[in-house]
Amino acid sequence: MRIHITSVFVDDQAKAERFYTDVLGFVKKHDIDMGEARWLTVVSPEQPEGTELLLEPDGHPAVKPYKDALVADGIPATAFSVDDVRAESERLRGLGVRFTQEPVDMGPVTTAVFEDTCGNLLQIEQMNQ
Amino acid sequence: MADDVFKALADPTRRKILDELAERGGQTLFELCARLTNRHGLGSSRQAISQHLAVLEEAGLVRTRREGRYKFHDLETEPLERIADRWLKPNGRQS
Repeated sequence: MRIHITSVFVDDQAKAERFYTDVLGFVKKHDIDMGEARWLTVVSPEQPEGTELLLEPDGHPAVKPYKDALVADGIPATAFSVDDVRAESERLRGLGVRFTQEPVDMGPVTTAVFEDTCGNLLQIEQMNQ
Repeated sequence: MADDVFKALADPTRRKILDELAERGGQTLFELCARLTNRHGLGSSRQAISQHLAVLEEAGLVRTRREGRYKFHDLETEPLERIADRWLKPNGRQS
């Protein structure tokens, strides 16, 4: 068994497509018209055959309270790995991204948490050593 | 009031929370829990930390502020000053 797709609930797929590609630097993998919404996935350019991230519409009534409660406590919807959390944070901040947690050395990892503009928090992390 | 502060300070996890907030203000619950787990090996649940924060807030040692969709925690040192003054400036002695 392998992890093929994971997802985040986004409030607007067009906005999410822009943020996850233009700002985060992922590339679009699948974009299939499903009527009301799109089957929209992105991958890392470093791993084009790797796990896909599905940008899933958040219209279900259970989703908004779930997202709001996570965001209020600063809990990220998912996490991405980077080589240098501090450098990546600087880059993202330069693009106007808002952080709820500055880069912090947590022992085995250094992490930071920021807003995806689509109603979620995302964590970036770097393994130390 | 002073009783609340002494009670809040009596717990080692709550003292660690104050240590971490002294290092950086404006932390979310998530950041605090991650710090306590990774830097102090405290495996408390988020719910437990949330309850500790409520005790600290009740004692006036932590202040929470909502900023848009987020909730941040800050250290409030004023109750500590009052405690110290009790012995350092004995004129204003409290029970």
